[in-house]
Amino acid sequence: MPLFGLAPTEWQAVQLSLLVAFWASLLSLPLAVLVAYALARWQFWGRQLLNICVHLPLILPPVVTGYVLLLVFGQTAPVGRFLNDTFGIVLAFRWTGAVLAALAAAVMAFPLMVRAIRLAIEAVDPKLEQAATTLGAGPIRVFLTITVPMMAPGLVAGVVLAFAKAMGEFGATITFVANIPGQTQTLPSAIYAFLQVPGGDASAVRLLVLSVFISVLALALSEWMARRVVHGTGQ
Amino acid sequence: MTLFLDLNHSVGDFNLALKFQVPNGVSALFGRSGAGKTTLVNAVAGLITPQKGRIEIAGRAVFDAGRGLNIPPHQRGIGYVFQDPRLFPHMSVQRNLNYGRRPARSFEIDANLIVDILGLEKLLDRRPDTLSGGEKQRVAIARALLSNPDLLLLDEPLAALDRARKLEILSYLERLRDELRLPMLYVSHSVPELARLATDIVVMDAGKLVACGPASDLLSDPSLVPQLGLAAAGASVLARLTAQSEDGLSTLNTSAGQLFLPRIEAPLGSRVRVRILAQDVMISVQKPEQISALNILPCHIISLRPGDGPGMIVELNSGNDRLLARITARSAKRLCLQPDLACYAIVKTLSIRPAEVAI
Repeated sequence: MPLFGLAPTEWQAVQLSLLVAFWASLLSLPLAVLVAYALARWQFWGRQLLNICVHLPLILPPVVTGYVLLLVFGQTAPVGRFLNDTFGIVLAFRWTGAVLAALAAAVMAFPLMVRAIRLAIEAVDPKLEQAATTLGAGPIRVFLTITVPMMAPGLVAGVVLAFAKAMGEFGATITFVANIPGQTQTLPSAIYAFLQVPGGDASAVRLLVLSVFISVLALALSEWMARRVVHGTGQ
Repeated sequence: MTLFLDLNHSVGDFNLALKFQVPNGVSALFGRSGAGKTTLVNAVAGLITPQKGRIEIAGRAVFDAGRGLNIPPHQRGIGYVFQDPRLFPHMSVQRNLNYGRRPARSFEIDANLIVDILGLEKLLDRRPDTLSGGEKQRVAIARALLSNPDLLLLDEPLAALDRARKLEILSYLERLRDELRLPMLYVSHSVPELARLATDIVVMDAGKLVACGPASDLLSDPSLVPQLGLAAAGASVLARLTAQSEDGLSTLNTSAGQLFLPRIEAPLGSRVRVRILAQDVMISVQKPEQISALNILPCHIISLRPGDGPGMIVELNSGNDRLLARITARSAKRLCLQPDLACYAIVKTLSIRPAEVAI
């Protein structure tokens, strides 16, 4: 008896989605913090350009973003060829598909994460950071002991938002890495695929119920974490 | 020498250009809002970079535009108490206090003594958002002190507090000055605060230096009345507490005679500095009899300075001390006041407020 009465394909889609969303949100976090910090605090040439680039995936139709990814990272494209030649041998194809799906999800979720973190950084009072420097703390210590703890609620929000976006990402993923069961078929792609075949309704409904369950669980978890963080920072 | 400073810094139309040095002790930076006091303190702290100039703290150059030297704030050996307490909200009071602790350079400050002087024992486990304004500012002062600074900067640390809290923290600061002998640069535009705390005063206006010197001289200098403000003009008198009476008065001895003040809570024999405001002093050319005022001090007139309005400031010599009296030009004319004339200064006992008395 498969878990929750799921067929192996369905279960694979759920696992892959969770995996993709987890890695997409976790690995883009450091870069998102750096970009958000730069946008919030630094004045530099090309700041607006960076801002626009970060937001592009949010504005463009997802299919366009997926197509751009395909043009850049596809197996015949320069970057794709390089990656394929270098890592293609090491990684099994199954994992390459998952990695590329995670890349698509990360790109799509990135603007949301940066926006949430940027708001959190802007809410940190620079006067507190000044106070910390006058107490002898260098820039790195100030960042780790003052800035990060004070923006933690926004950090959690950004990660949760990115995770949710990555779980639900459909357009860019299906354009970029297609819809191969067990390799690149995420939960939304699977639901879409089951709706295309006669008699697939039952599977689609099972996945639908499961995605509602996962979403509610993720939301509850994030609320709990946010409360813990907020309590922990005493705000 | 604690602080040497030679600065030139422009922001928009405002130009800060001044040069001074002050010795150890509490140096007060005095001036109206917009005089550039906070900008100057931020330059000392390294929070802003002046366009030109040089700054030395405790004999060590921390900024020299000519040599391209600009030591970052965290290596300047300063402590900074801001107008607002700026406590870290995500840390307990204890962790706030520990944040800046570092090895002493010139002063070893005993943490227990600080916690004791500032009355923080019961607050250590609390969160900053549960503290009152006065408590927060006390924690901020302690936190800055525990970083073992060579120089403590205080930018109007009492500005946001009510009168009672002000007096309370002022007496803590006096203890810190007397017991730790830590050099401080204290920004204020309150003359009573300066009169109690400062050993030296730097007066500035619109980014320029107006005067710099020992507090006792500058605070009773009639030529600085425009800067200090008419209402705050006055002079400090040194006195010794000699008796406490049952009717609620204290008797003090000054170089010119006895002074009766509302009860001062201090041991007999304490040396006390009393600031007597110019507007609380009357002048009589004859010794007044049958008058309700208790304090009648024999004086000589040193100078008369007419003001813009109907009033004038009379500078008096009373024993070894100086007094200022603010009277109308009409009275001065009627009494034929002139330099070297012997007269009497009359001060109502109850006109002297506790805030004007420094023990």
